[in-house]
Amino acid sequence: MRWVGRSLPRYEDPILLQGRGRYTAVLARGARILRFLRSPVSRGRILALNAPPEIPIITTAVLGDVKPVCPRLDRPDYVPVPQPILAHDRVSYVGEPIAAVIADTAAQAEDLAEQVTIEIETETPVVTLNQALAPGAPLVHDTAAQNTLIDARFETPEVGAAFAAAHQVVEFTFTSGRQAAMPLEPRGAVAAFDLATGRVLLSASTQMPHLLRTGVADALGIPESELRVIAPEVGGGFGQKMALIPEYVVVVWAARHFACTVAWIEDRLENLTASFHARDQRLHLRGAFHADGSLLAIDADILCNVGAYSNFPATCGVEPLMAMADMPGPYRVPEYRARARGIATNTCPMAPYRGVSRPVITAAMERLMDYAAARLELDPLEIRRRNLITEFPHTSVTGVVHDPGSYREAMEAAARVVDVAQFRERQQQARLDGRWLGLGMSVFAERTGPGTPAFAARRMVITPGYERVELVMDPSGFLEARIGSSPHGQGLRTALAQLLADEIGIAPAEIRVISGDTDRTPYGWGTFASRSLVLAGGACKLAAAALRERLQMVAGQTLEAAASDIEISDGRAFVRGTDLAVDVRQLARAAYHQSHRFEAIADTGLSAVATYDPYGTFSNACHIAIVEVDVATGQVTIERFVVVEDAGRLVNPMIVEGQIHGGVAQGIANALYEKVVYDDGGNLLTGSLADYLVPTMAEIPRIEIHHLATLTDASVTGAKGVGEGGTIGAPAAILNAVSDALAPFGIDIFEMPITPQSIAQLLREGGAKRNER
Amino acid sequence: MSDRLDVTFTVNGDKRTICVEPRRSLADALRDDCGLTGTHLGCEHGVCGACTVLVDDQPVRSCLMFAVQAEAARVRTVEGLAAGDKLHPLQQAFWDHHGLQCGFCTPGFLMLAVSILERDPDIGEPRLREALSSNLCRCTGYQNILKSVLAAAAAMRK
Amino acid sequence: MLDCLSRMKPVAFRYFAPGTVDEALDLLAAHGQDGKILAGGQSLVPAMNFRLARPASLIDINRIAALDYVLADGSKLRIGALARHARFETPIANGALSVLLPRVARHIGHLPIRSRGTFCGSIAHADPASEWCLLAATLDAEFIIGGRRGRRRVHPDDFFVTALTTTLEPDELITEIRLPLLNEAWRTGFAEFSRRAGDYALAMCAVFLRFEDGRVVEARIGVGGATDRPLRITAAEGVLTGTDATPDVLREAENIAAETIDPLEDIHASAAFRRDLVRAMVRRALDQALTR
Repeated sequence: MRWVGRSLPRYEDPILLQGRGRYTAVLARGARILRFLRSPVSRGRILALNAPPEIPIITTAVLGDVKPVCPRLDRPDYVPVPQPILAHDRVSYVGEPIAAVIADTAAQAEDLAEQVTIEIETETPVVTLNQALAPGAPLVHDTAAQNTLIDARFETPEVGAAFAAAHQVVEFTFTSGRQAAMPLEPRGAVAAFDLATGRVLLSASTQMPHLLRTGVADALGIPESELRVIAPEVGGGFGQKMALIPEYVVVVWAARHFACTVAWIEDRLENLTASFHARDQRLHLRGAFHADGSLLAIDADILCNVGAYSNFPATCGVEPLMAMADMPGPYRVPEYRARARGIATNTCPMAPYRGVSRPVITAAMERLMDYAAARLELDPLEIRRRNLITEFPHTSVTGVVHDPGSYREAMEAAARVVDVAQFRERQQQARLDGRWLGLGMSVFAERTGPGTPAFAARRMVITPGYERVELVMDPSGFLEARIGSSPHGQGLRTALAQLLADEIGIAPAEIRVISGDTDRTPYGWGTFASRSLVLAGGACKLAAAALRERLQMVAGQTLEAAASDIEISDGRAFVRGTDLAVDVRQLARAAYHQSHRFEAIADTGLSAVATYDPYGTFSNACHIAIVEVDVATGQVTIERFVVVEDAGRLVNPMIVEGQIHGGVAQGIANALYEKVVYDDGGNLLTGSLADYLVPTMAEIPRIEIHHLATLTDASVTGAKGVGEGGTIGAPAAILNAVSDALAPFGIDIFEMPITPQSIAQLLREGGAKRNER
Repeated sequence: MSDRLDVTFTVNGDKRTICVEPRRSLADALRDDCGLTGTHLGCEHGVCGACTVLVDDQPVRSCLMFAVQAEAARVRTVEGLAAGDKLHPLQQAFWDHHGLQCGFCTPGFLMLAVSILERDPDIGEPRLREALSSNLCRCTGYQNILKSVLAAAAAMRK
Repeated sequence: MLDCLSRMKPVAFRYFAPGTVDEALDLLAAHGQDGKILAGGQSLVPAMNFRLARPASLIDINRIAALDYVLADGSKLRIGALARHARFETPIANGALSVLLPRVARHIGHLPIRSRGTFCGSIAHADPASEWCLLAATLDAEFIIGGRRGRRRVHPDDFFVTALTTTLEPDELITEIRLPLLNEAWRTGFAEFSRRAGDYALAMCAVFLRFEDGRVVEARIGVGGATDRPLRITAAEGVLTGTDATPDVLREAENIAAETIDPLEDIHASAAFRRDLVRAMVRRALDQALTR
């Protein structure tokens, strides 16, 4: 391996470093600017829209037969609800787009928008889970009784018996505060109508160009071939751009209707208010334990506040269903009962956000372990030793297959790195000095690179999964790899170039990875679910093997040797054991311009296509956080954060670590800082970055990372995905650490974010224990 | 009230005259009137710092300044950092140490770092952390941004 | 009629950039009613971007070089209208303020905000979380206010009405603020609590203690960020004065501060939590003042 495993600086960087990145807003120059008028109230009936006659305004009536977004799951416990592209006669959340105006500049568009007034007869909204589930509560959608959009259940036959026979049952309610993905670049789309062809080029800040094309084409009732979607440089997504955004439909519609270029560049207020939210959940968890600490059963009642509509294509079922399927985590759980519901409210709809439900369920399960350990008088490490999966493959109680991993090894390694025993001494001494230190850990397995089977299990009607890659070598020996994934900061182009370089025997600098253009790349699913390196990487490896064989055939003919005796490295093909060699460049030329000589590759030339659609593979990690809690103010300071992770073969270690850093930072944010807040009327109170608290460098400590590497057959490259691990494990480690720090006060933490105010209140209340049996 | 005013300032050493409404922010003027789109808009209320540029050697949130205020000023943006093909040591360090992922916050961090190191080339890590906490990044978790700036500072001291 | 969340670019305005104080005052007389002074802009411009502030005219005073000064003048520190927060990051006066002002300045927003924002602008804006407002109130600063109708000197108690509201008339401009240059007999302390680095203070305290022969002969204790305006906690000051500032006296002082204020409530801090924070910040500021 020459290139895989090296921390190669990214090919993506020079353009970005010089400020030449072509983000969507750059493409808006010279375009007509669209500005949306959004509902200022969370619920009501639209009585009238009053606009001066000279203002061109787009309303639902003007849109005509544009279809609503209506994502589906093929299961009876799911209620599909259509979301109109622009609100019809009712509004269902603050920020819901009602109409749009067009002007030459953004400032003018705002001036025009101010002249439009909307009369709405307001109604009492349902904002919280409790309000939505209260008997007789107003319904967000008439078709969804009790505001329940999905109500999934799972139960193993002996779960009741397991609880009855348990030595100890512990239970608590765990709450996760609503999150906003907050990519630095808000959303945006520029649609250019081509007068010559009648097609529209949609440049959009998106993670899923092909699915966006499908969704927009469906909404407008046009063939997909009429639309070309390009994801230019995308400034972060984290899942928020992995959905069909109704505003993008309006932009394309307007471009077609006015036969020009139309742009919508979201501002931060819109982004915080009306772009997808996530993780507004409450779950009640019960664990049945044997006296020796082994888990006999768990019972989870999961409630997700999914907002007013269902996102396309993942649907509002994504959080509840993932929570239900993945709750057991890295542990052996013999019996399991779960109910997972998605509840509609008059708030902004949710879409998957990095980690999806796993940050919440991991936090809940890791709190369960520590909480039970305390009651069983076991060390937190010990209780986990008794429950972690150590034999592979392991099929979980929900039927999920875990390929080989190092769940326990990662935990033991992290404990050694941190020197838990030494910390306990220091903690003891600190307590005598009136300082409250805590150590918390989380152990988790992250499902990555799930192929079609995984999504099919959720019964998504639009079932993502596979990735296809097309490789073409041009006459200069330069390789183009066209992929369906759509990176937005993950360094995929560099990592794939490294993989391909090793597989074929040329340099990464001679490889160009093309992504994000539906006219040039095979249909793919985008970048999410920690999938791209596993799936696009796998497809690259398979396609590269085929391409290398073709090169070997050409070389063999050229050098008068058997193809199997040809090796290719550093851009030269040579006969093994001799100095007979020829440049790959020359082979490429010959293959194109002397094709009659190379009948063996007549069908394909120097190209190859491969599709990879595996079951998926689990990466794993252990996070340990050491914190200090200032009981005078409730402030939590993170003294140390350690990650021991196993992502199999690391193609580019520097990029892997970058993903973990970013994920951990968002996880810390989730645990201590960020919360989307609505008032009782469904009005957003966190509409600015002064109120939605994204951490700065001052709040994020140094993150130490150590690597293990378990290679499995579950991924043809040996690489496992890592994109979401940081967000999945970090909150649990922090919450456990804070609980550990405050244990002398009798306080247990069962919420996130855990804010200084909450801690101060718990201290003031004397740390009453909760839900103890 | 949308009378436009002429504003003349230098950007990265080049003199420019633009004609803008008073309400045009310096950020929008740089992007749309000067064609320098490296300065990004992340929030337009002065919190994220993606729009950071240097005005008369001071780090400024260009979304909080009107273009008309830059009359006769010396403005520096990310496009002025490299000398032809040669990257600025900060740019080189961010490249070497993976200080960027999606790249959207990067120009703001680069200009912030330029101003920090111009004021205090020997700045120690704690003060550097404090100064860099001016800007938000969502991708990197800040680890490699700090590493990159420290590396650049060392390189620039030589 | 309801507003449709349409904002991130300001409403159009007339722009003036006077070169002298007299010109600025003339413009204020003509346009002050529906106009605003633009100094640092770090508070005004975000409000304008959100269209919460919609001045028809902006009078940009950044070209008035005569307002850009910080001078030690006998017993006073004279701060001109254009003195930026960044000026105070390095010691600019002798005596007790030499250490205190840089310590306070570091808490004000972030570096780029301090490059532009001004001391006097912060006073005129009167945000409850403003550090300089707290210092001004605690030190009995003098505000020199200019206007075509005449010049006046105002005491902070007669200036700060409530959050974001002062007695500054639309045709007036704060031209200078004067702080007393406390000598080395004074010990100072400042502490602030915010959620993140650079955030608005949820509670803060500035403490000034003058000792003679080991006894506190004069005490000034100011609390900010927790109430609608900065307050001197005279009851706490009274408890300290004439004592050796022993721990039990300090505890009494911090409790009085926590209990006598009428705290603000918002999504970041409830009234009860603000009391906790005030107690903690008073303690920290006092500890600082007593540790040299």
